[in-house]
Amino acid sequence: MDAPRPYDFKNLQYRGEGGVLIPLLQKYQNEDGYISRERIAEIHRKTGVPLSQIFGVATFYAQFRRHPVGRNIIRVCHGTACHVANARAISRTLEDQLRIRDGETTPDREFTLETVACLGCCSLAPVVMINKDTHGNLKPTDLRKVLRPYREKRAAGP
Amino acid sequence: MRILVGLGTCGMAAGAGATYAALQARTGTLSGHCNVGKTGCVGMCFREPLVEVREDDGTRWQYGQMTPERVDRLLEEHVGKGQPIEEWLVWTSEGKGREKTFLDRQQRIVLRNCGLIDPERIEEYLEVGGYQALKRVLERKDPDGLINTIIESGLRGRGGAGFLTGMKWRFTRLASGKQRYVICNADEGDPGAFMDRSVLESDPHSVLEGMAIAGHAIGATQGYIYVRAEYPMAVERLNIAVAQAEAHGLLGHDVLGTGFEFHVELKEGAGAFVCGEETALIASIEGRRGMPRIRPPFPAVKGLWECPTNINNVETFANVPWIVLNGALAFNRLGTANSKGTKVFAMAGKIRRGGLVEVPMGISIRAIVNDVCGGIKEDRKFKAVQMGGPSGGCIPAELQDTVIDYESINKTGAIMGSGGLVVLDETTCMVDVARFFLDFTQRESCGKCTFCRVGTKRMLEILVRITEGQGREGDIEKLENLASLVRNNSLCGLGQTAPNPVLTTLKYFRGEYEAHISNRKCPAHQCQALLTYTVNEKCNGCQVCKRACAAKAITGEKGKPHVIDHSLCVRCDECYRACRFEAITRM
Repeated sequence: MDAPRPYDFKNLQYRGEGGVLIPLLQKYQNEDGYISRERIAEIHRKTGVPLSQIFGVATFYAQFRRHPVGRNIIRVCHGTACHVANARAISRTLEDQLRIRDGETTPDREFTLETVACLGCCSLAPVVMINKDTHGNLKPTDLRKVLRPYREKRAAGP
Repeated sequence: MRILVGLGTCGMAAGAGATYAALQARTGTLSGHCNVGKTGCVGMCFREPLVEVREDDGTRWQYGQMTPERVDRLLEEHVGKGQPIEEWLVWTSEGKGREKTFLDRQQRIVLRNCGLIDPERIEEYLEVGGYQALKRVLERKDPDGLINTIIESGLRGRGGAGFLTGMKWRFTRLASGKQRYVICNADEGDPGAFMDRSVLESDPHSVLEGMAIAGHAIGATQGYIYVRAEYPMAVERLNIAVAQAEAHGLLGHDVLGTGFEFHVELKEGAGAFVCGEETALIASIEGRRGMPRIRPPFPAVKGLWECPTNINNVETFANVPWIVLNGALAFNRLGTANSKGTKVFAMAGKIRRGGLVEVPMGISIRAIVNDVCGGIKEDRKFKAVQMGGPSGGCIPAELQDTVIDYESINKTGAIMGSGGLVVLDETTCMVDVARFFLDFTQRESCGKCTFCRVGTKRMLEILVRITEGQGREGDIEKLENLASLVRNNSLCGLGQTAPNPVLTTLKYFRGEYEAHISNRKCPAHQCQALLTYTVNEKCNGCQVCKRACAAKAITGEKGKPHVIDHSLCVRCDECYRACRFEAITRM
């Protein structure tokens, strides 16, 4: 009873409602990390939603990525509170350390750097979210330490 | 005795997860009279992680900044010997603690259960009177009377526009159509606002109950919660709450055995600010691009799948059960002539105590900033508050005696919005703030209306130019002209309000714009291109900045203070960020 209720895709699929499209895209992005051409074709075959509409939706929303991402996704918050707390310095320092630009992925596919509008932790600004962990009250000099465990996981992993 | 850890997203960000784990690991060794539990967010984000010790008689002791290292002493002294640790106390139910003034001025309706109950256990919500309001309205079977109660209470939409909630319900009820829908707008997109996230994470059942009551009032059997995907914890807890409510017969085919049918389904947003607008939100639930359409017909008449639809904000729904239980009068008594009840504000920015604050309408900005939130960090000068996010504006310190209600805030040029209040001090550049918001609205514009799509882009270009020291004569007039065009020629609230940040900063801080354009100076020393970098007396000659400088503008021997050659400096900020001794001054 306590487990989160999963979407009932089978049910949704045959109800003939257009509302299935965004949950489906979200499901595939969760599985693959991005929305590939093949997945879009697959959704088209399964639901009958026109390809143009699927492309339209997949490119409209900020959440959907059309390119593969790294194993760790770093989201730097650029909300109002973070902005006045100098989130730009956080972004720039991360760009320097990872040697990538905003929106890019490191060549070893370990980190993807993204900018997001607001994570809703404004009183802990500036905030960075790595995968599902939120790190608050950061200074540019803290970042190396924050990233370390995520790098180490790779070293310890398979 | 129970020990409760505040596990909201903000608590987790401050390290509450580790505190919780440490407490759990240690309490296994204690005797059985003490257990560790979870709770939501009390709103004292500035003291996270928070741990509460709740005695069996209901006395509450709130401890702040409880890192795992502090766990041992807490268990030993307070739990073991019954001696509270005074210096860590932030608040107690007996009126002690260092931060008690933060809660003293507050009046909690929406946040009534936040930090009090475990959001993942419906039993605790039921214990504090949960779902009693739903039970009462279902027993009375008088939807029109219920709608009248909501109208009489004076509750206005807390999402920003401030439309009377009861009227909205009535329009939806009177609209023709077999199927009706209730939608909870939890797409809290305003940067700087986080009250909806906190309510969903700390008290999800109150929102579900409010939705079910609305469903009964308008005759809907299906509800949707459109929640931001950036709030994974809110999504998780809502899913748990829906499943629990269904298992307890509080949602589903036959609610409380009265024959009332109401289902709630979650729809995760996909990251589009414009989806906070109701017609765009509906398009998004229907699986289309989230673009608004012309109103009328309003969603109350033709909404989701062409059916009458009632859309309210999270905070609005959370108010509803309280109004049903306590009566319209109790709510109506609070607030000002036209703005009733309380409002939750998300306090952030350059303020001592940032967090969630629920105060009666009619309180002044000064009272919130100084009395509740303890004034400005590091005793700097209070400059302005930014209210209402990208649709709102900046209210300067001179107007801090403005009382907070929908009409008074509108008069200043800002809007109430969803209640994000970002406090700015003298080190914030107002032109940069305007640029920041325009950058946001420009990116988030859905592209349907030309003036919103192109106009915001042109305005942003001018603002970028000004902050980079390339401002020209006439730029301010151009901005004003574009602002009125964008405002008057856009379909939805996003475009109509997008110029607000520029217009309010121009109105109250015109001098700063002029300083950027005419003198090529940023009075707040924030715009990088207009700064002068110098080395101050803290320099110990470590040569880190010298190595970091790609322009080779820094000279100096090891161990001796360095010097920056201004003719070579390109203001890349590298030296400032590289220095570990704060020895670079930006003026």
